[in-house]
Amino acid sequence: MKMTGAKMVTESLHEEGVDVVFGYPGGAIMNVYDEIYKQDNFQHILTRHEQAAIHAAEGYAKSTGKVGVAIVTSGPGFTNAVTGLADAYMDSIPLVVISGQVPTTIIGTDGFQEIDAIGISRPCTKHNYLINHIDDIARVMKEAFHIASTGRPGPVHVDIPKDITAQMGIFDYSKPVDLPTYKPTVNYNKRQLKKAMEAITKAKKPLLYVGGGAVLANCSEEIREFSKLTNIPAVETLMARGVMGHDNKMFFGMLGMHGEYAANMAAHETDLLISLGARFDDRVTGRLDQFAKKAKVIHIDIDPASIDKLVDTNFPIVGDLKVTLKGMLEAASELKFNDYSNWNDLLLEYREKQPLRFIDSSETIKPQWPIVRIGELLGDKAIVSTDVGQHQMWAAQFYPFSRPRQFVTSGGLGTMGFGLPAAMGVARGNPDKISINITGDGSILMNIQELMTCVESKLPVINVILNNNYLGMVRQWQTMFYGNRLSETVLDAQPNFQMLVEAFGGVGYKVKTKEEFDAALKDAVKQKKVAMIEVIVDRNEDVLPMVPNGHALNEMTLIGDTDA
Amino acid sequence: MHSDNHYYDKEITRQVISVVVLNENNALSRIVGLFSARGYNIDSLTVAPVEGSDYSRMTIVTTGDKRVISQIVKQLNKLIPILKVNEHKDVIEKDTVLMKFSIDNNLADIDVIAKTYHGSIQDVTDDAIIVSATDSAARIANFISVMQKYKPLEIVRSGIVAIER
Repeated sequence: MKMTGAKMVTESLHEEGVDVVFGYPGGAIMNVYDEIYKQDNFQHILTRHEQAAIHAAEGYAKSTGKVGVAIVTSGPGFTNAVTGLADAYMDSIPLVVISGQVPTTIIGTDGFQEIDAIGISRPCTKHNYLINHIDDIARVMKEAFHIASTGRPGPVHVDIPKDITAQMGIFDYSKPVDLPTYKPTVNYNKRQLKKAMEAITKAKKPLLYVGGGAVLANCSEEIREFSKLTNIPAVETLMARGVMGHDNKMFFGMLGMHGEYAANMAAHETDLLISLGARFDDRVTGRLDQFAKKAKVIHIDIDPASIDKLVDTNFPIVGDLKVTLKGMLEAASELKFNDYSNWNDLLLEYREKQPLRFIDSSETIKPQWPIVRIGELLGDKAIVSTDVGQHQMWAAQFYPFSRPRQFVTSGGLGTMGFGLPAAMGVARGNPDKISINITGDGSILMNIQELMTCVESKLPVINVILNNNYLGMVRQWQTMFYGNRLSETVLDAQPNFQMLVEAFGGVGYKVKTKEEFDAALKDAVKQKKVAMIEVIVDRNEDVLPMVPNGHALNEMTLIGDTDA
Repeated sequence: MHSDNHYYDKEITRQVISVVVLNENNALSRIVGLFSARGYNIDSLTVAPVEGSDYSRMTIVTTGDKRVISQIVKQLNKLIPILKVNEHKDVIEKDTVLMKFSIDNNLADIDVIAKTYHGSIQDVTDDAIIVSATDSAARIANFISVMQKYKPLEIVRSGIVAIER
């Protein structure tokens, strides 16, 4: 069919089954926006900043498992989007991001709003394209969706010059993707898996170390089943929260810098670390040469480059995690495993000795309390997004996640300003759920303009600001490691958050007591509008346990250690 | 991490890697960018199209310990337009040098030394001669060092091409 390049773009999105696009128009992308105006196959949500468009697409993708799509213009439109691309790249989120570019005749002349977009996006995307010819649009769009969503997922950036979207050409989306240079390994090596399974039967203290790959591979059920069948306990990384489910007796919490005591001790004590889609990030391992020091390592990952990158693996297995776990379950049914009950009992003992906890107060609201309370009141009904900082760690520690894709957070890049736009994507993708953004008084102001998007596009995000008048995580480090010199972390100057959200057309609450919090949350859920609940919390609370930088996981600072 | 696992040692080795990559505008920047972003060394890099295909072949010489070399190969393999990465073990390597000397030198001596390194005089003008030689990288380095006494006006090296035996 003959059509403009711009229409080819919207038709490609239609062919891919896209139902929502987040974006912001501008000069070089106007041809595409004209076609967006003329069609009704998908909705376009206008964010108020390009960075937020990408984060919204991320929130949509992370919570639904579909590919997120964002469209921006050239120059500043694109450079604003870069933080989002980098965020998605670090957390392996499938996105297709389309940017306008100046006409091919202008490229290289420092034209208005010209920037070398694919030069900039190269190190923070899984792949990128500059389309030089109209005949390439259909192929490139199809490849972009394929690459974004297969193998180790990630963002793909497509840069399209304005003259290409204006030209006419024949659109044919029927040709299958043909990429001889891109063939992710899906099927595991059977001999290697057999060896790994034998090692599991011989282990005395095996441990499932579950990472974000388990969420991406949609294999929560298989992991729970494997754990149940073999009686092997599991710990989760930040990115895997929800995979095991909070009430699973085989689950011993999140490990890492702010991990639970039992989880970190489990990693310290294990004699066989079974890594399922995890990548041994420094925030997880602490001091690397001490991490799981007593253990042999089985590392299952779809990305061969993740294996042997940081730790030496005894049993490397490259493959899709779901497919591999099915193979493991099959093999397990014919194997005899050791009795791991002593090992489980030891972890239970650790948990009882140092449970994940905070010291509640009747006078002030401890910042952990609202998180626990949201969990009690909303539980499964909520999908929790966060910004970055103390509140993020408390949310990861204290929210009772019961399933994967219930926690949407910026793990690898640690992007402040992620929460609100991500929660918009969550709200759009999951209208039957309640989209909660747990945030801080620092982070929320980094994409505060998105309140307008929430109002305009009717995205009822409930923002819970844990306000301690600090950039809390940096403040915590300054207190612990910089002689309490609070350099630029005291946020005494603050907006009136209630008036602020109301000015945009949402509802605001300022709460100082637990009763007020309950009332505000219940009312916010009922209002079905964007809401902001500002909770005045105990200022000086630290995130604990904490493994100080450069220390081993068993060298945790615990509650009580810092009060003296 | 098993403490008695010594699979990786920290010994720095030189490694020749060849990469077969789809011809596209950004292929070179993807590869060079990967090396700089991850802090890997490029000691030499050559590129030329593969006859009768849409691919080019790059020969990269790098240094690093085993873990780094293994990561380089894996990270290169991850790049979408890369078809194949060869971590060469037993290769024939060739490097070419072009050197310009003033015509006032003893040309016979230069010619004799060049021949020892499979080289010869390629061009003569009123002011200068140009000598080329093709040999292994180590011998070319040696050749350049020997020729210093003739005060070369300019030295240009091709970088290494290699083929597995």
